[in-house]
Amino acid sequence: MSEIADKVKKIVVEHLGVEESKVTPDASFIDDLGADSLDTVELVMAFEEAFSVEIPEDAAEKIATVKDAIDYIEKQKAA
Amino acid sequence: MMANLSAMKERRVVVTGMGLVTPLAVGVEQTWKRLIAGQTGIGRISCFDPSDLPAHVAGEVPEGPTAEGGLTLSDWVPTKDQKKMDRFIHLGMAAAIQAVEDSGWKPESEEDRCATGVMIGSGIGGLQTIYDASLTVASGKARRLSPFFIPSALINLISGHVSIRYGFKGPNHSAVTACATGVHAIGDATRLIMLGDADVMIAGGAEAAVCPLGIAGFSSARALSTGFNDTPEKASRPWDRDRDGFVMGEGSGIVVLEEYEHAKARGAKIYGEIIGYGLSGDAHHITAPAEGHEGAFRAMQSALRSAGITPAEIDYVNAHGTSTMADDLELDAVERLFGDDARHVAMSSTKSATGHLLGAAGSVEAMFSMLAIRDNVAPPTLNLDNPARESVIDRVAHEAQQRKISVALSNSFGFGGTNASLIVRGL
Repeated sequence: MSEIADKVKKIVVEHLGVEESKVTPDASFIDDLGADSLDTVELVMAFEEAFSVEIPEDAAEKIATVKDAIDYIEKQKAA
Repeated sequence: MMANLSAMKERRVVVTGMGLVTPLAVGVEQTWKRLIAGQTGIGRISCFDPSDLPAHVAGEVPEGPTAEGGLTLSDWVPTKDQKKMDRFIHLGMAAAIQAVEDSGWKPESEEDRCATGVMIGSGIGGLQTIYDASLTVASGKARRLSPFFIPSALINLISGHVSIRYGFKGPNHSAVTACATGVHAIGDATRLIMLGDADVMIAGGAEAAVCPLGIAGFSSARALSTGFNDTPEKASRPWDRDRDGFVMGEGSGIVVLEEYEHAKARGAKIYGEIIGYGLSGDAHHITAPAEGHEGAFRAMQSALRSAGITPAEIDYVNAHGTSTMADDLELDAVERLFGDDARHVAMSSTKSATGHLLGAAGSVEAMFSMLAIRDNVAPPTLNLDNPARESVIDRVAHEAQQRKISVALSNSFGFGGTNASLIVRGL
């Protein structure tokens, strides 16, 4: 697993208070991990802070799963 | 439910559940036991270093295992949700959960859920949360402000969280009247039940303003005790000649109010009945009471009128008594109201042991009044070594007193010149 994926997972565990085993790539923040809309806003902010990236609102709206987040951040970092 | 107005008098309101979080303890019986034993919840401020501020003492809720009367927050609020709520909501949830579980009320039908409401207030709300958020914005990180900032700080959010947790879909409301909040919440919720808007109401107040901004703000208003920083247990001394200001406390007191027939029908345990409620405004000054505390006089008079009783029937008064100059004005008002009956009444200020819980004070003290009736014991006024002035009223100095208590009156007055009195009776 990439360093980014590892860090994303850690942030999700910490913010949503879920078990690490549940944070699979396909896990949806809202449907599988018990987040509400405010939780997802906070998660995106935590990603921005941790990875020093800007995630505009229209992009943030498309981040629904753990994999979505990892892919977006990896793309930003590679650019 | 949904009684018409003419039936209002027939809807009596009783207390069927209680929850307390105070500087003495977490838990109703634990708090009461320590209060009656003459213990204090006041000490040097520990949640931050108060050295730079004039006042160094406060009543903080003790940490520790729940079974021993301490606060273990994760027993009340899931760890992942804690950072979404200011401490006043944490303390309010701990008291509300106790009260609801104590009452045994679990509405199963949609109709019952819609007949159960919540009215929990606070004097100040999420002060520390607002302070922290201000620092974030001031440091140029406004875009990093948590989406939970606003719902963490809003005063009516305890009512919101309690309704969500239990599915209570009735009136969802919140009183905000500074230090009179707790009495207004219980009194107004009682009237909602009397009017038929609900059959059950969860009501009370919560406060957590023992933080740099809270202590600094009340210090600037010259309201806090500053002369007992080295002897915190002596700082709250209502009516004593050496008193020099109030001691801030934190905590929450929440009751379950229920229409009497509703409580009886389900065989609920009943602590007592809310029989009188009176409100008034001073129209005088933002922080100081009027001469002779005539606003307090009118609030008490109005509570007596609504109860349909005379002062002679009141056995115990839980005074507002904050350990400030206003203590003697309240004493004036009570003496004037009771006249010749003053010599038969006991009056104490439990703020001598808990400090002043601001928006939670009124509901905590209404509960102390109910427990005084249950156990026929008047809780003490600590540190009343040398009364600033004599009175025929027994102010229960230093030690609790066993005495017959059937009816009690509890006073709360707030900044802005707002006064509220509640009268409770055993059944």
